[in-house]
Amino acid sequence: MNRRIASIASNTFREAVRDRVLYNLIAFALLMSGAAILVGQISIDIERLVVINLGLTAVSLFGIVIAIFIGIGLVSKEIEKRTLYTVLSRPVRRWEFIVGKFFGLAGTLVVNTFFMAIGVFAALLYVSHRFQRSDGWLLVALYFIVLEFLIITALALLFSSFSSPLLSAVFAFSLFVIGSFAEDLRGFAGLTHGITRWLATGAAYLVPNFSALNVISSVAHDQPVSGQLIAYNSAYALVYAAMALSGAVLIFERRDLK
Amino acid sequence: MWAGSRVPALFTFVIPPAAQTGPACFAFAYNPLKHPINLHRIMPAIEILGLEKTYSVGFWRKKPKRALRPLHLAVEPGEIFGFLGPNGAGKTTTLKLLMGLVHPTAGTARILGMELDDPRMKAQIGFLPEQPYFYDYLTARELLDYYGQLSGVSARERSRRIQDVLGRVGLPDVGGVQLRKFSKGMLQRVGIAQAILHDPKVVFLDEPMSGLDPMGRREVRDLMLQLKAEGKTVFFSTHILSDAEALCDRVAIIHLGELRSVGAVADLTATVHSKVEIVWDGTRVPSAIENMGGECHVVGQTVRAVLPDDKQDVAIDALRREHLRLVSVVPVRASLEDYFVQKLRPAETPAEVRA
Repeated sequence: MNRRIASIASNTFREAVRDRVLYNLIAFALLMSGAAILVGQISIDIERLVVINLGLTAVSLFGIVIAIFIGIGLVSKEIEKRTLYTVLSRPVRRWEFIVGKFFGLAGTLVVNTFFMAIGVFAALLYVSHRFQRSDGWLLVALYFIVLEFLIITALALLFSSFSSPLLSAVFAFSLFVIGSFAEDLRGFAGLTHGITRWLATGAAYLVPNFSALNVISSVAHDQPVSGQLIAYNSAYALVYAAMALSGAVLIFERRDLK
Repeated sequence: MWAGSRVPALFTFVIPPAAQTGPACFAFAYNPLKHPINLHRIMPAIEILGLEKTYSVGFWRKKPKRALRPLHLAVEPGEIFGFLGPNGAGKTTTLKLLMGLVHPTAGTARILGMELDDPRMKAQIGFLPEQPYFYDYLTARELLDYYGQLSGVSARERSRRIQDVLGRVGLPDVGGVQLRKFSKGMLQRVGIAQAILHDPKVVFLDEPMSGLDPMGRREVRDLMLQLKAEGKTVFFSTHILSDAEALCDRVAIIHLGELRSVGAVADLTATVHSKVEIVWDGTRVPSAIENMGGECHVVGQTVRAVLPDDKQDVAIDALRREHLRLVSVVPVRASLEDYFVQKLRPAETPAEVRA
């Protein structure tokens, strides 16, 4: 990574931290501990299952919300407040700015996920009293959640490069919801015929496949995740995020900063 | 062989069509038909070659809005160049085009002989936008450090220069304060600090005096003169004519996106019709003087009239005929403001008529 991208990424991270985004972590960790104690009292034998499901889903949703709400303002806010003028009048190329912003927010989300994962593991330890070997799969589920964040961050940046923050949020959140049902959409496409099949298949493969990245239920039931899926999901997320980011760069390169 | 943008900068010339027709263009215009190409001519610091910008406005049926007509301009190294015009004249659009913030509809420009998207050029220029706003979660020192990193200044050099520029803009003790606590004037000073932090060769300032108190304005004027003394080129836009008059080696006047004239302040103001101030005792204005089209003010027992200088003798004769005692006759020096008003007036007349 070149120095300018690193500087922009580090400044984006600093902005997120000082914007008190990371303070939700403390609240989250406390909530998780509270939920774990509550679940321990009302459920028999499935405390572990509930804590993993509840904990990882919360990590995913919190992160997605943060990714969307910070991501949609990454470019538009800089244009609106004209802070971009003094950046782009320096030897910074527009693509470097977009990529730096992406890495800055991605870094923020990784740190967020790290702290939230500590909350999940603490709650798990509280209900199970000890860690099991199969708890290691939680790390894979967390890795997939981070991959989700990379995709949604890139999409938020893409929308942010040409649209208003509100519309960008609507687009990004809609894609997240549709993408969570991508497998169902692909199944539906298989049942249709003619032009509907073409359209449904196109839409199914265009939206990000978040359902393939969601292995929370499997790991909660101690089911292992195949190495093939890990490799496939990693490649898929990186290619998808890179394509969305390229789209953001292409649009931003042509944009006039009025 | 050297067609278009491929012509080496050293051999290029600028022919501003609008400026060629003006009376005061000799200080600027370079007409290759009258003057042979000077192979030893110094490369301009800023060379604008027909930059033009038309925006599309409207949501559904977009209409073209011409923000800048083809602009030809050259700024020599080491000069303070004022870019003058009323609000909405196209000053900020020109600066944004030069900074690469908006893309030109046509034309091009070179700064220090390099294209506008050349990072090597951008490392050698500084820019203060109009009414600057900075990351308010950063302290002044952090902001300057960030900009220093983006401009490629080494870490050791940055810490030295940050303290130096904060001192130069009159903010030596607030480096550790978050920018959200800064007043408008302090933000303007930080804006100037970030523009000169990396020791640029060319500094672009968009309305640098905006938001500053009289002392602040004076300090910025001194700073601009210091930059000139250091050999830097300063290109600044303003609609405060007294600043331009006090500072600029040359000025350009732009109105409704069109260059109206360019030249040294003294040369431009010399073209304004000279006036003369005549003062006499009494409270009466002879009808001959009233009809001359000047301004007459009666103050106590004296009358002060400002008239075109070619009416001076006729006016004095009129005073003699009326047995009024002449007190003084003083030529009035034309100011840049007089020239500015004169230059803007012709284009506004049709608009008023239409209205």
